[in-house]
Amino acid sequence: MAQDQHKEKAKIFNRRALMLGGAQAALMSVLAGRLYYLQVIHSDEYTMLADENRINIQLLAPLRGRIVDRFGVEIASNRHNYRVILVPEQTSSIDKTLDALAQYVPAEQIDRERILKEAKKKRSFVPIPVLDNLSWEQFAQINVNSPYIPGIQMDVGATRNYPYGDLFAHIVGYVGAVSEKDLQTLEPDPLLELPEVRIGKSGIEKSYDTVLRGKAGISRLEANAYGRIIRELGRQEGIPGSDVVLTIDKQLQEFTAKRMGPESAAAVIMDIHTGDILSMISVPSFNPNSFASGISTKEWKGLVSNPKRPLGNKAIAGQYPPGSTFKMMVALAALQEGVISDSYQVFCRGHTNLGKHRFHCWKRGGHGKLNLENAIAQSCDVYFYDIARKVGPDRIAEMSRRFGLGEKLGIDILGEKSGLIPTKDWKLAVQGVRWQGGETYNMGIGQGYVLTTPLQLAVMTARLANGGKAVRPRLTRGTEASSLISTEGAAALGVNPAALKTVLRGMNKVVNGKRGTARRSKISTKGWEMAGKTGTAQVRRISRKERIDGVRKSNEKPWIERDHALFVGYAPYDDPRYAVAVIVEHGGSGSRAAAPIARDLLQETLRLDPLRRSSLDASARRQGGEQDA
Amino acid sequence: MLKELGQKNVNIPLTHKLWDMNWGFVLLICATASVGFLMLYSAAGGNFEPWASRQMMRFGIGMMLMFVVAFVDIRIWLSLAYPLYAIALLLLVGVEVMGVIGMGAQRWINLGPFQLQPSEVMKITLIMALARYFHNLGLEDTRRIQWLIVPILLVMAPAALVLRQPDLGTALLLVAGGGIVFFAAGVSLWKFGAVIGVAIPSGFFAYQFLHEYQKKRILTFLDPESDPLGAGYHILQSKIALGSGGVFGKGLLHGTQSHLNYLPEMRTDFIFSMLAEEFGMVGGLLLFALYVLLVLYGYAIAYRSRNHFGKLLAVGMTGVFFLYIFINAAMVMGLVPVVGVPLPLISYGGTAMLTLLIGFGLIMSVYLHRDIDIPGKR
Repeated sequence: MAQDQHKEKAKIFNRRALMLGGAQAALMSVLAGRLYYLQVIHSDEYTMLADENRINIQLLAPLRGRIVDRFGVEIASNRHNYRVILVPEQTSSIDKTLDALAQYVPAEQIDRERILKEAKKKRSFVPIPVLDNLSWEQFAQINVNSPYIPGIQMDVGATRNYPYGDLFAHIVGYVGAVSEKDLQTLEPDPLLELPEVRIGKSGIEKSYDTVLRGKAGISRLEANAYGRIIRELGRQEGIPGSDVVLTIDKQLQEFTAKRMGPESAAAVIMDIHTGDILSMISVPSFNPNSFASGISTKEWKGLVSNPKRPLGNKAIAGQYPPGSTFKMMVALAALQEGVISDSYQVFCRGHTNLGKHRFHCWKRGGHGKLNLENAIAQSCDVYFYDIARKVGPDRIAEMSRRFGLGEKLGIDILGEKSGLIPTKDWKLAVQGVRWQGGETYNMGIGQGYVLTTPLQLAVMTARLANGGKAVRPRLTRGTEASSLISTEGAAALGVNPAALKTVLRGMNKVVNGKRGTARRSKISTKGWEMAGKTGTAQVRRISRKERIDGVRKSNEKPWIERDHALFVGYAPYDDPRYAVAVIVEHGGSGSRAAAPIARDLLQETLRLDPLRRSSLDASARRQGGEQDA
Repeated sequence: MLKELGQKNVNIPLTHKLWDMNWGFVLLICATASVGFLMLYSAAGGNFEPWASRQMMRFGIGMMLMFVVAFVDIRIWLSLAYPLYAIALLLLVGVEVMGVIGMGAQRWINLGPFQLQPSEVMKITLIMALARYFHNLGLEDTRRIQWLIVPILLVMAPAALVLRQPDLGTALLLVAGGGIVFFAAGVSLWKFGAVIGVAIPSGFFAYQFLHEYQKKRILTFLDPESDPLGAGYHILQSKIALGSGGVFGKGLLHGTQSHLNYLPEMRTDFIFSMLAEEFGMVGGLLLFALYVLLVLYGYAIAYRSRNHFGKLLAVGMTGVFFLYIFINAAMVMGLVPVVGVPLPLISYGGTAMLTLLIGFGLIMSVYLHRDIDIPGKR
């Protein structure tokens, strides 16, 4: 009985054990199937995920291209930025390390609070910047003593450097960190996401940013789960940015800046055949280095509140009434249209009337009888009231446009203004009022609505001097081929050559004639003679009361109410090569304030004669090495 | 005492036991444990220190313990089944009380140099106690529900205590291990069906009372990718490790997931992921083969045992061993929630290793005393 029960129990046990074994076998095959599913069917996916885990792609910032002048002098370069960084996990006490470091640099240079805060926030192997922009001496001293300062590492980065400070600020501009807005507006480039990358914010730095920027390199790094870099798997170096060659001659630029002195002024010197701008100045200026390294609030406020507007580039963005420098356009329009002949004469009594209004000449007693050449030389206003009335505003405007006024010239930096050349239609469209006869008079002497920039005036003068060819201004020698462009490629403006000659003779007399308004500013060196035109632009209308009481002398008025002084000119008269435009804001009269500067600038330009010296050839453009300041 | 227990009162001499020892089984255990040593060597970046060497030491001690357990007469184990169970239950109550008194949730008792984990002890003693109960129970009574109340309490009491610790994994293992003995003893199949029918709805009910982290584990198990940096991180990284291993693996010491620390707990619960990353599917299946052989040995020994206690003990122990394997492997492959069950013989850890080897010792004791016939009491 017990034996039977025993057998029966064993029988049931065996059956149950078999069932258990079967169930376990089934579960085992589930595991094996799952293994197959993960490791064979989806292996590629998981391999990719594993690589995504461990491989960090790090971009390597390429060296930014340099900006050099036409002879290869560095205007913007890269300077070594000597830095000290701290790896918290390599020191037992950050405080002690910083104390040790303070033996070599002033203690206030170490931002202890920030460093400790960052150290707390980041993982202990993430380096924290401690010091940067160290002098070589400081750097060397710390480096020698680094074994005694646990946790620190020496590092050399690159920062943008403008060795000439404010001299090229308006041309070259400056660089800055990439802003949120930049990311949205600029063409996508992975480089922009690197924290240390600086991009052009104004000037050439901005307009040639993509050229200067270069291409990012890539470093493939293996990192563990905590973000620690284990090793570099591969590296592809980036392409350094290309250099940009300016048309500017650094030496001439230095001279120009010096000659302008403390005025609020602008000047443009350009080659009349190639359009190369040899010097472009807007003073006062600012130091772009302050922007590259982060400007202080105090310095920024000082720049913004300065009434002489150091941040603005007056040479391309300052819009001024051209005053008498506009008279060449009026004369050319009248001659070209046959409204007058070159011998046409006007008698100047010191004023002329239109209806009830009286229009005065700058010379109260009048000039007497004048022909065109002498009217230009003596800048007789009455003569130009007369011929302006004869030719009308629209034809003056048309001629002005041929010479580059009233439009943007496409200079290679941003911020260029177009000025304003009014027409009858323009007035009706913008102001809703018909053109008045008196407005033609004002236009005849470059006042009223007419606005020009110094760059436009320089281009106008160049186009006059080169025989009426549509030369365009440029700041860079750009790519290899374009550096050869000259007036041979430029279209003729379609100006009557005889008319042009007459005007140029007038301009010669301005400087070299006995009664010329700029006779005191002639260049006496043989073969370098300058021709030009003075201009004095009224900032404020002279009221009737003032005329009766006697016009105050310019220097008796407050600075902001004084007239702008202008001068445009070119040299040598016989074989023109260079044109210049100068404006001194509130400088008084063109003949006193602007003409002497223009003379000195042209004289220096001819002395240096940048076009005759061999300039940097295109092959040197790409050299782009790192340079110590 | 032996006289009362055994009909054939035979004392097998020790030399005979040594000769009779199932050396194939021992060899298989050593081989499996060696795989573990290799993985711990890899986890240390190609170093026996600090893990592999310590694990080998533990294994050595465990092997000695295993032989001692194996040589002890099966009848002594039978007589000790209830007392040992009672001690284990008291220890469980002890840690519970200690936790209440103010040391916080604790699962072990400090005994000088090593720690005693009562829940581990219970895994063995529960099987022993159940095996003894069903050994003594007649076949008819096994089918009667009133005779099942006591064994059900034997299972539920420790399971409830462990659940309070809270250790869901171990509690489930106790219930499942007990269930295997019930099943092997011949409890009718419909009762299992009924229990499962009741357990699932009450499981949903019990879910409400789970700890927040346990709920989260279950939820993230269902969709681990939903929280790749949070609670789902473990499962996801483990699957990446497995999947990226491919068929042949990345090679010893070359597992990127494990060596770059993306794989969590790679020495303990997730050691299988590391193995399968470095040795691929081939390595994983070879380990499975070792396990399957061990389980087959367990069944063979159970089959050969003439006494019912031995049969149930061997199958119960083998069953628990299998459950460990399955739950751990299924967990790292993302088939079941992360419950914190180590991979037997492979995962780093002393207590689990000792428990396991004592369990194998009992199976071997069953083998060595297979021909002793022990009649049931009733």
